[in-house]
Amino acid sequence: MSKLSLITRGIIKDNPTFVLVLGMCPTLATTVSAVNGMEMGLATMFVLILSNIVISLIAPVVPDKVHIPVYIVVIATFVTVLQLIMQAYLPSVYATLGLFIPLIVVNCIVLGRAEAFANKNGVLDSALDGIGIGLGFTISLTVIGLVREILGSGAIFGWKFIQGDAILAFILAPGAFIVLGYLMALFNKYIKK
Amino acid sequence: MEYLVIIISAIFVNNILLSQFLGICPFLGVSNKLSTATGMSGAVCFVITLATVVTFLLNKYVLVPLELTYLQTIAFILVIAALVQMVEIVLKKISPSLYQALGIFLPLITTNCAVLGVALSVVQKDMNLGQATVYAFATALGYGLAMILFAGIREHLALNDVPKSFKGLPIALVTAGIMALAFLGFSGIV
Repeated sequence: MSKLSLITRGIIKDNPTFVLVLGMCPTLATTVSAVNGMEMGLATMFVLILSNIVISLIAPVVPDKVHIPVYIVVIATFVTVLQLIMQAYLPSVYATLGLFIPLIVVNCIVLGRAEAFANKNGVLDSALDGIGIGLGFTISLTVIGLVREILGSGAIFGWKFIQGDAILAFILAPGAFIVLGYLMALFNKYIKK
Repeated sequence: MEYLVIIISAIFVNNILLSQFLGICPFLGVSNKLSTATGMSGAVCFVITLATVVTFLLNKYVLVPLELTYLQTIAFILVIAALVQMVEIVLKKISPSLYQALGIFLPLITTNCAVLGVALSVVQKDMNLGQATVYAFATALGYGLAMILFAGIREHLALNDVPKSFKGLPIALVTAGIMALAFLGFSGIV
């Protein structure tokens, strides 16, 4: 497989949100605005790329029986690194995303890619796969966030085009489920085929 | 009174699935049938309560005195994974029938973010042991409630004529959205 298709595959064919349907918790919880969705996507991508690289390096020497705990520890380590970096340099982003940064540990996308890809491929390919899937996740989250922001607070990337209130339910919990459901149906109809 | 507020708020107002979005993967994955949904809820209920108590004690008596709180995420996930494994072994020995009923749901719970999420939020909210236990148990009940209601609706949904591109998950998500809208009605009662 060519190097470029490793990256593009994560965006359409193996899109983690709309096709693989993994990592739903942050997808629903953090997409109250386009910017929030994008930040969550980038944070996950950071962990995904680094854990893919390390796991592809250690996979040959890890005994099969304990591979899941080992992978989880690797992932948890990078999540802790990310937490410390964000607390130090991006405290406001860390405050908005809150609980969902430590919860990247149990995001099935990260462990899923470790199991499905990184443990049987080389370092470069695994890193590219991390970038591709991470980009796919980031784009999906940004799109969901954008739709919810437009409907729920009448704004695009923080720029308000409606004075006063919009349809508040879309930035609350119900809107997350409904917007994701409709976007998934659109994706099924026009992109996946 | 204080405990009653915690219970009502955890089950209805801040329902873990429908307003906090924790543990959504099994919510969508195993809610096709009512019986599996009930099994999963039972297992989650048990593990959330147990894991919260253990991680609470670990945090209070090991991590905080040793100033290792930055290791919380790693320590908690290891404890949860070990605990789930242990529960599996013990159940297999003590109650094979329950073990059979829960089946593959037990190992899956390790990566259920509801467990780690509750454990971490108890620490963040600075609760004491009693509050933490009640909160964890009530949250797990709320999880079961939403899960079982949702599975009941999905069983009926499977028999309906749904547009092709909405088949499967999209319609389930829209349904969950309407359920969440109904649960919004509880906000403000505590």
